Amino acid sequence: MKEKDIRQLLKSCRVGVAGCGGLGSNAAVALARIGIGGLELVDFDKVEASNLNRQYFFKKQLGLPKVEALAQNIHSIDPDVKLNCHQTKLDKDNISAIFSSCDLIIEAFDRAEAKAMLLEFMLEHMPQIPLIMGNGMAGFGGFDKLRQVQWDKHVYICGDFEAEIAEDLPPLAPRVGIVANMQANLALELLIKKG
Amino acid sequence: MEIILNNRTETIAGDAMTINELINYKNFTFKMLVTKINGKLVKVDKRDDAVVRTGDNVEILHLISGG
Repeated sequence: MKEKDIRQLLKSCRVGVAGCGGLGSNAAVALARIGIGGLELVDFDKVEASNLNRQYFFKKQLGLPKVEALAQNIHSIDPDVKLNCHQTKLDKDNISAIFSSCDLIIEAFDRAEAKAMLLEFMLEHMPQIPLIMGNGMAGFGGFDKLRQVQWDKHVYICGDFEAEIAEDLPPLAPRVGIVANMQANLALELLIKKG
Repeated sequence: MEIILNNRTETIAGDAMTINELINYKNFTFKMLVTKINGKLVKVDKRDDAVVRTGDNVEILHLISGG
């Protein structure tokens, strides 16, 4: 498939990004670079200094809401990407309203509780929309432990399924970036397959 | 009973047990789990009611913080 055909196809696609931290910011930028039509960016948080070791933000953006900072950065790459920014916490009451028009959703939360909540909600209420999750990517090395698993008809999980963040196992740009790009890569594959 | 747990065949003592009993039996100590029996979601508040029987395909996914 030629790149211009990929861009043409992606132009009509919209992807939901649940969390704009290490996974979400990097996956969103990857999709923006290849011509995604639109993104629903969701995150309640603001950019902090400790985020800059892995998240697609810059020092001058400290204190900005992450969705706003990410929108600036994506529009610096491609001003044509249509962005809806939601500076809010995703929960059972707003997931449908925010994501119902999306072709697929990238789960990019930090906390396991939030990951479980979104997965249960999607399986129960929106099982037809593909969900691409990230699960286990703290630390460094262990490239051969990272994998992509289809866990349900429309649920896919990328990660090593074991490396949980801890004080001596921090999330760092190389490995978090790999998983974010695994998610973006799978998103591209699914969108192309869907046609 | 013989079940498939996370794509592996396992022999488990007894004829039936709830998902929560299975989680304890297997010593799964992880906090955040999402569970399915035969492809169907068993929500966290139903794990004391949902019963696993021989031949069932059980999936227990451990979700991990970080992102």
